[in-house]
Amino acid sequence: MPTLTLIQAVNDGLHTSMKEDPSVHVFGEDVAKKGGVFLATENLETEFGTERCFNTPLSEDGIIGTAIGMAMNGLRPVAEIQFQDFIFPAFDQIVSEAAKLRYRSGGQYTAPMVIRTPYGGGIRGGLYHSQSGEAYFCHTPGLKVVIPSTPYDAKGLLIASIADPDPVLFLEPKALYRSVKGEVPEGHYTVDLSTTRDVREGGDVTVFCYGAMVPVCTKAAESAAEGGIETHVVDLRTLLPLDEEAVLDAVKRTGRVVVVHEAPRFCGFGAEISAMIAEHAIEYMEAPVIRVTGFDTPFPNTLEHHYMPDHRRVLDAIEHVYNF
Amino acid sequence: MTIVDSTSEIREQYLGADGAVTSELPDYDDAWLRDIFVHLLRVRCVDQRMLKLQRSGRIGFVGSMLGQEAAMIGTAAALRRQDWMWSGLREGGAALMRGLPLSEYVAQMYCNSNDTAKGRQMCNHFQHKDSNYPSWSSVIGTQIAHGVGAAFAAKRKGVDEVHAVYFGDGATSSNPFHSAMNFAGVWKAPVVFVCVNNGWAISVPASQQTAQPDYARKAAAYGMPGVTVDGNDVLACCEASKALVERASAGHGPALLVVNTYRLMGHSSSDDPTKYRDADEVDSWEKRDPIARYKKFLETRGLLAEGEADTIEASLLAEIDSTVHAEEAAQPMPLKSLVEDVYADVPRHLRAQYNEFLRVAERFGDAQRGDGAFPL
Amino acid sequence: MKATEPLQVIDSKGGVNGYDPGLSEDELMHCYRTMLAVRAFDAICLKLQRSGRIGFSIPNEGIEATQVGAASAMKKTDWIFPSYRDFGMALYHGVKPVDMMHNMFGNASDNSRGRQMPVHFTFVEPIKFVSISSPIGTHLPQAVGAAFAAQRRGEDMVALCSFGDGGTSSLGFHSALNFAGVWKAPVVFLCQNNGWAISCPAEEQTASDGFAIKADAYGMPGVVVDGNDLLAVRKAVVEATEAARAGKGPTLIEAKTFRMGGHSTSDDPSGYVPKEVFDEWRKKDPIKRFETYLAASGLWTPEKRAELEKEVDAEVSAAAKDAQAVGPPPLETVFSDVYAEIPAHIRAQGQAAFDLATRKGDAQSGGGEFPL
Repeated sequence: MPTLTLIQAVNDGLHTSMKEDPSVHVFGEDVAKKGGVFLATENLETEFGTERCFNTPLSEDGIIGTAIGMAMNGLRPVAEIQFQDFIFPAFDQIVSEAAKLRYRSGGQYTAPMVIRTPYGGGIRGGLYHSQSGEAYFCHTPGLKVVIPSTPYDAKGLLIASIADPDPVLFLEPKALYRSVKGEVPEGHYTVDLSTTRDVREGGDVTVFCYGAMVPVCTKAAESAAEGGIETHVVDLRTLLPLDEEAVLDAVKRTGRVVVVHEAPRFCGFGAEISAMIAEHAIEYMEAPVIRVTGFDTPFPNTLEHHYMPDHRRVLDAIEHVYNF
Repeated sequence: MTIVDSTSEIREQYLGADGAVTSELPDYDDAWLRDIFVHLLRVRCVDQRMLKLQRSGRIGFVGSMLGQEAAMIGTAAALRRQDWMWSGLREGGAALMRGLPLSEYVAQMYCNSNDTAKGRQMCNHFQHKDSNYPSWSSVIGTQIAHGVGAAFAAKRKGVDEVHAVYFGDGATSSNPFHSAMNFAGVWKAPVVFVCVNNGWAISVPASQQTAQPDYARKAAAYGMPGVTVDGNDVLACCEASKALVERASAGHGPALLVVNTYRLMGHSSSDDPTKYRDADEVDSWEKRDPIARYKKFLETRGLLAEGEADTIEASLLAEIDSTVHAEEAAQPMPLKSLVEDVYADVPRHLRAQYNEFLRVAERFGDAQRGDGAFPL
Repeated sequence: MKATEPLQVIDSKGGVNGYDPGLSEDELMHCYRTMLAVRAFDAICLKLQRSGRIGFSIPNEGIEATQVGAASAMKKTDWIFPSYRDFGMALYHGVKPVDMMHNMFGNASDNSRGRQMPVHFTFVEPIKFVSISSPIGTHLPQAVGAAFAAQRRGEDMVALCSFGDGGTSSLGFHSALNFAGVWKAPVVFLCQNNGWAISCPAEEQTASDGFAIKADAYGMPGVVVDGNDLLAVRKAVVEATEAARAGKGPTLIEAKTFRMGGHSTSDDPSGYVPKEVFDEWRKKDPIKRFETYLAASGLWTPEKRAELEKEVDAEVSAAAKDAQAVGPPPLETVFSDVYAEIPAHIRAQGQAAFDLATRKGDAQSGGGEFPL
């Protein structure tokens, strides 16, 4: 089985879907000859031609708006937004159009499409190449929000997203693009959306995380284990619709929970997990839920490594809920 | 060359690629002509030095201005002290001309504690409040609308200010281009829209950007004139910009100025342009080098002696080297800057988040630079 | 580029100066009847709204010729991406008034299952009349995408995309025309310049010399037509569709017309449109204009109009009566069609709503288990 980086797995997933389904079209800014600014679409134009992989004008509103029309009319658009920070001109098309089309037309028109976009910090990208905007989108019924953290999941989730009958926002943790490697099967396979992944078992504390925070939490869990605390690390990997049953099961097994994300805390995804626990599992809890998150500030540049939760902040939180 | 309405006296070119005069020149002051040369040369020297620093891993990112020096220096030289310059990625050289100290320029490239943006922006995102040069966001086109709003404010206040809004060819597809041009037309806002058409939006050529490659013709959609000039001819850029600034200042509203030039390097230090464009195309533009052209012109006019350019260059490089040396030694921003400037005051929840962060950092023994608990 | 005089076909005496509209007598009368039906539908909706039986309506008086002339140029395999003031296009292609009326009442038979406001129609048969969205201009890039998809598959399809003068300021306009120009997508952009974007007149909307001139910014032809001249609109749209089908790409058509009412039933135009302007445009009534042509062709008498009006009035009255008799959509329609399948959390929310409705004794669809 080949060993790939996460970005190579994304490329492989696109390749696989394009090969098996001629309706899959990949487009966006710089995705053709350049192969995307992170090379996610490298060689797709060469292999499938400019008909299937092509550049668009510099307009996110145009990219997503036309993708919706293509999807309504039988293509499978896989649109790339160069950085998640640049998605906001298309916010209207995503939130008010793609996500609501099925509902407002009574199912007569639908927009099965994938919007791929790199998100998150870790590349010294400053305020506008680092944001984690998942919470904006998780507040949007009709949209699915998927975030892989391993090469295997990246490919399997991407293929599943492309085949999904609903619009999927596929957020790729750019910090992991080249920093994680893993075995990835050749050809077609899928990872079901709305399922979680147990990264590490442990009976003392549960840590929920996703994207680039998964390796951070894993490292923290390993450090905690050295001190005798066994941590269950759960990669949520589909935020919407979330596998709530799996989340609550994991909560009930330890009663001690840490939620980690790099996005700001206020109204972040951790708030949803905390509320879910308060509503459905409060009687199992041995300690208050702790959120380890980015600060409620814009994303900095020079000091980004302080902004993003690191394994020490997570370890501190694990120990806190364990010793509570 | 596209000309619409009263801007018909604007010339597309004064200096040919070989430096020969192709159109009758206005009266110029010799000292001014020489100054322009120094500005052009400084841009190139700074640019080359920054690229070297990036390649040796000392700074993170450079958006090279190579090949576009005349476009930015020429158009910006026409701006008056009170005018504003709304920049994109590749106008930092014009900021230097407008008065941005070289030390601040280099500090911004190092994102250190001398950086006026406090290390929060990526490299190559300059600002200089004293010369009305606001900080750019990395998002394409957003500054176009900001410039129109600011120009509207000046008009409402009765202040004589023209706002020069810079953007690339790719930005003509962005949402704010459409909104801002439309609003400026309706409001007759004192704006000069400077479209620096350098042929490539990262890897996307004009043919994939628009079916109307004559960008100046887009102006008619918003009821304003559109003018195109040779962007590698610093005098043509300056004269066109001057005419449009005067026009805007006189209350005749906005105009679109397209300066045709070429980005000789990649989009940024992270980009490899050989993947998407032919070497022949780059070669042909290297032959149209804006600085060589202007140098030839000055020499012919007797304003630059043989070898004098080398002397100027040597002194520019010395200044740059000593500045780099000083800025490299500067400290990074203190940790507290993480939570400052989010709001006018640091709110309670951010103070708490910072103190919690500091507690953990101290516990693991690496609270940097002696930052204590948040003092507010 | 200078804006030209609008293209006209029907002259003051009803002559067409040799133009062959390419429509049979039946088809011409169908155009005429459709315009009357639009007006009848409008009239009854206004009554229903004023009497509180429906919440909202959008008047179409004055722009019937633009709608019907454009629709008459489209084939059943084409797609219509309408604005909220275009239902004449649906009627022309055979959508039944009652199916529109279901939407006006938001009842259980409404295609959008009562989820949309009135006048936000959606049809897939007998022609693709794409679900209308309230935000301005969002459907323009979607039309380009749909046309692009057909183009890629080599299918004979043109997207007719209709919007108002105000829509030209929207982001969707800029993105869509730009993308369509680059892709040479088979799209006809129909800008219905009816003079007003709610209360904003054209001169506050743009400084450009008309709207058709904007086409040049995107490298496509721009055409101005008299929007109250059904045959002129038809001629322009036929030519644009022929160009699109021949692979020559998109066209922007500006149809100059006038909205004879308010923006909607919630709007009072007397506050911002001078009365003289209404009086002037009333003389240019598009139905009367078409009548002069039909009369000159020996197809029209005042009695014919009376007869057809009686027919369409009866039809829309019956439609309103039938639609009013249909109950509201069942509670589960709140929770369905969000995704292809109902996810667990929405199912749980639906079940809770049902349980509450059952306990409170007002479950609309019988209460009990969530049915989906």
